[in-house]
Amino acid sequence: MSDEVEPGNHHAWSPNVVAFVCNWCTYTGADLAGTSRLKMDPNVRVIKLPCSSRVNPLFIIKAFERGADGVIVSGCHTGDCHYSTGNYHARRRFAILHDLLQFMGVEEDRVTFAWVSASEGNKWQQVVNETTARVQQLGPFAPSEKQNGGVQ
Amino acid sequence: MSELQETARKLLSEGTVSVVIGYEEGPRGVRPAFITAPAQADKLIFDTRCVQNLATYLNPRRKQVAQLGRAAVVVKGCDARAVAGMIREKQIERGNVVILAMRCGGVLQNPETNSELTTQTVSVRCGGCTVREPKLFDHLLGELPPEPPVNTHRVEQIAALMKMSSSERWTFWTEQLSRCIRCHACREACPMCFCVKCTAEKSQPQWIDSSSTPQANRAWQTMRCIRRAVAWIAWNASAHVPNIFRLVCWRATLPTQ
Repeated sequence: MSDEVEPGNHHAWSPNVVAFVCNWCTYTGADLAGTSRLKMDPNVRVIKLPCSSRVNPLFIIKAFERGADGVIVSGCHTGDCHYSTGNYHARRRFAILHDLLQFMGVEEDRVTFAWVSASEGNKWQQVVNETTARVQQLGPFAPSEKQNGGVQ
Repeated sequence: MSELQETARKLLSEGTVSVVIGYEEGPRGVRPAFITAPAQADKLIFDTRCVQNLATYLNPRRKQVAQLGRAAVVVKGCDARAVAGMIREKQIERGNVVILAMRCGGVLQNPETNSELTTQTVSVRCGGCTVREPKLFDHLLGELPPEPPVNTHRVEQIAALMKMSSSERWTFWTEQLSRCIRCHACREACPMCFCVKCTAEKSQPQWIDSSSTPQANRAWQTMRCIRRAVAWIAWNASAHVPNIFRLVCWRATLPTQ
């Protein structure tokens, strides 16, 4: 966990990744990955939401603020949204946020946007493992703030 | 009597509008004026010190202004964008406002201390301006002044920032945002801030910490940026936003690469 970070020693550290997933596709996909006993990195905490468009950009900012080192946002493939157009709204919003986060100095690889359907357990496994590996590589997010007790 | 004063007097005496929102000379420099009588129209001025965005007074949350009746508003090209944004977001109706758009050749960064427009004193937001002649108006007034003197274009500033590494940029913004004292004057000045209940005031859950910690400042400013990017209002809606942060707002409105 990030509380036990030793600066500069990334091997003793493993990242916290928060995943915001949609109830209809990705959550079911993640469930399938679980019931299929696919091996995944245990770093990802899944938060189930009704739709990817429920993800307010503030969720992502808040996740980082509260100690996440990486964030995954995942929903239904385009055209497959349970609410017809939710993921289109999400996609537009993330296009702006993604660019803005980069401009603010958050490494691109910390935030992953993916589309995982209910039958894509394998893809979920891949998204989880790849994201964790990338964040592991980058190290803790804003470690100085964490050490100063800025994060609750 | 200037073209602006003439137009304002005509609008008021004909009864087209019951208030003209413009700029007047105050004891401490230029201040917003609410002209309701035709005889007062000669108070109106417009020059390089008129930095405020008066479109914010059209905001429906400003009930005292709304009580004055149908309004005409004096805008620069950039402020006209804010009016357009408010119309687009269904905050005001196009037919309910008379836009007195001024041709503008740039405004001062700090009207309290400077009066002449030079590369040092010009507002950063004027760099690369494309709306010296406003696009949205009922009355287009004034002569078209020359382009404002500019030393650094916004695009160059952004390019310089993007050359830094992620952690350098992070440090840079943390330093910049540490100046924010969370007075929320930016929210008051912003024409696009019209939420009945602001996220900053929500306590269950508390999205944004009310004290000015680095995290809270970052969350607050990023949220406002996203809000504005979504509103597509560009970078200069309110006068109270630190200039460096306008850059983010503006950057956020660019098409993503």
